[in-house]
Amino acid sequence: MVLKAFFPTCCASADSGLLVGRWVPEQGFAVVLAVVHFPFIPLQVRELLARVQRASQVGLAVLGTWCHRRREPEESLGRFLEGLGALFTHKPWLQLSREPDSRRWNCKVSSPGAPCGEDQVMLIFYDQRQVLLAQLHPPATLPDRRAGDATATAAEGGLAAVFHTVARSEALFQSDRFDEGPVRLTHWQSEGVEASILVELAKWASGPVCLLLSSLLSLLSWLSTWRLCRLCPLAFLCSKLCTCQQLRLRLQHLQLVFSTQKAEDPAQLMRKANTLVSVLLDVALGLALLSWLHREDRIGQLADALVPVADRVAEELQQLLEWLMGAPAGLKMNRALDQVLGRFFLYHIHLWISYIHLMSPFVERILWHVGLSACLGLTVALSLLSDILALLTFHIYCFYVYGARLYCLKVCGLSSLWRLFRGKKWNVLRQRVDSCSYDLDQLFIGTLLFTILLFLLPTTALYYLVFTLLRLLVVAVQGLIHLLVDLVNSLPLYSLGLRLCRPYRLAAGVKFRVLERESDGPLRLLMQINPLPYSHVVHNFRLPSCGCHPRQSWSSLCRKLFFGELIYPWRQRGDKQD
Amino acid sequence: MEDEQSFSDISGGRLSLQRRYYTQSCREFCLNCPRLSLRSLTAVTCTVWLVAYGLFALCENSMILSSAIFITLIGLLGYLHFVKIDQETLLIIDSLGIQMTSSYASGKESTTFIEMGKVKDIVINEAIYMQKVIYYLCILLKDPLEPQEISQVVPVFQRRDEKEMKTCSTTSPFVKFPPAGEDSRLEPRSLSL
Repeated sequence: MVLKAFFPTCCASADSGLLVGRWVPEQGFAVVLAVVHFPFIPLQVRELLARVQRASQVGLAVLGTWCHRRREPEESLGRFLEGLGALFTHKPWLQLSREPDSRRWNCKVSSPGAPCGEDQVMLIFYDQRQVLLAQLHPPATLPDRRAGDATATAAEGGLAAVFHTVARSEALFQSDRFDEGPVRLTHWQSEGVEASILVELAKWASGPVCLLLSSLLSLLSWLSTWRLCRLCPLAFLCSKLCTCQQLRLRLQHLQLVFSTQKAEDPAQLMRKANTLVSVLLDVALGLALLSWLHREDRIGQLADALVPVADRVAEELQQLLEWLMGAPAGLKMNRALDQVLGRFFLYHIHLWISYIHLMSPFVERILWHVGLSACLGLTVALSLLSDILALLTFHIYCFYVYGARLYCLKVCGLSSLWRLFRGKKWNVLRQRVDSCSYDLDQLFIGTLLFTILLFLLPTTALYYLVFTLLRLLVVAVQGLIHLLVDLVNSLPLYSLGLRLCRPYRLAAGVKFRVLERESDGPLRLLMQINPLPYSHVVHNFRLPSCGCHPRQSWSSLCRKLFFGELIYPWRQRGDKQD
Repeated sequence: MEDEQSFSDISGGRLSLQRRYYTQSCREFCLNCPRLSLRSLTAVTCTVWLVAYGLFALCENSMILSSAIFITLIGLLGYLHFVKIDQETLLIIDSLGIQMTSSYASGKESTTFIEMGKVKDIVINEAIYMQKVIYYLCILLKDPLEPQEISQVVPVFQRRDEKEMKTCSTTSPFVKFPPAGEDSRLEPRSLSL
């Protein structure tokens, strides 16, 4: 098998020394982690390795020697390096060297069995920092194996082993380049920690603040489960209003963010960060909306405009009804039924207008309070808007329900009478259609009723059609608002920002590039991190949303519309099963 | 070592295949498609513009002209960035994996690297395309939970051609690098489409 030596790019310009790393015999990987410089005492190197090994649970060893010839070849150094192989016994023993013109690399492997040629070695450069910080997606270790960490390390294969080795050996990278320790190393190291008083203070303060906020939040959630809130009308209202659902979702989010437990795995940490960014963005947008509303007395203007708009809608509806009561589009309706239905709906509109006029003095104050809710977040304000829309178009909803019920009644009656017509009946016990012999009287009455229903159907269907269209318009507007709220709720902004600024943090895998090769040197590859595509980022890190909008297919919607079943915009996913 | 051959793809277009042998254990196959020709670009643009002018003469609304500009520009950008593939590369590294790279005309590169441990087999598939049967090379991936099962079928060259398949089956690079512990067979297998 070809030996693959993973060499960090930051060590390419290091002085000569020993290569320290991990040997993965199954794949033939030699993962070089650092270079130990001269002078050193072999005992101290072994001690360091043992210490790091205890901290990281990864078997480290001296893999070979590294020779960087800056000047003319030094014979003595080469011989000295060969001598080191006897001191640190490792098989296979790697001998990497770099010529002064910086293009030529040599790599020799001496294993005890057969000395391999240069063709049997592959040099793969990797960026230690990127590999250290990258998270592989999907995770290499299977979730059920995560319990036993020792088995996970044994089971993982391929390049995941390289990532694992680099990520676990963080203890090795902690020693600084300028430290005067007994062993001097070259490896990737951070540019130095930025020391700021503010950051330190924030770190110190975050613990107690989280504790305080989480206790406050738990008090709030306890209050919401109080018995008074479980009384019949309140609970029913809460389950129907989008605002309550949105507030509950935000409460859960805040509890997640301010929980005092530390995040266990990177996925949970990412979810926390995403939630925090989503809440912050939401509140910022809400505050912007609030400042926009309170400037130049826009609330007063809105309140002044709202009542005339509602009046106007009612007037338009009245005209529509009058048109329907005549001969709409030249259709000839059943005059008596038409008049009855039209008067019924006109009376409703009359009631509605008086209700609006009763409300009009309080509209401005209500709107002012609604505007205040925007400081809880844009999504809360939008949900409130959706609820207000639902309340203001309550008459349309009523019309729709009446029309749908009448229509449904007629369709059901017609279908059962059609069965009678053919000499069949619906067997309730067996849930199927059986044949049945009817009397003459039954047949006569049934046929008569069938004819009446059939001739009255167009009138009802017309009313149903018109009010369903109006209802669908309102539902579409509400659906749009819900989509917007869901977008703010579930978009993983932190992950997207991470993908944009630090693409290597979210890795989908690796990619290799073949570097220019000298005729007799080993094959050199550059390993780069392949970042996760944006669509996968959004898909993987989407926050769960409350799912207020209906999740039904178009065909089922059309079927429901045809048979006159009611459609709800606020139907939840949980309700769908029953 | 490098050599180049030219083939034709299934719709009759010209393709050129470059083979590079870096070492015994590392080879690269590069499939180049012809660049976007000026003639087709001009033809499409002229068609869109003529239609837009016709509509403009009918409706006398200048919105149509500006929307035609936007449609042309966005269509061209989308075509170059998401559809038009200039080059497809297959890099095979022994006992490490297979890397597939497609470079789009806009310079975007999408890379997929498949580790040798995940490869179950490499086969030539046959598929029905329009009114003929075509053959294409594809990689079968192992299911991580059940090693005997196949979790995914990855076609290798999206811009495949028939002649190339024949050369691959005679001088196949894959026979020489069996995945560890697997005997790599090259046999046509029909897959339900």
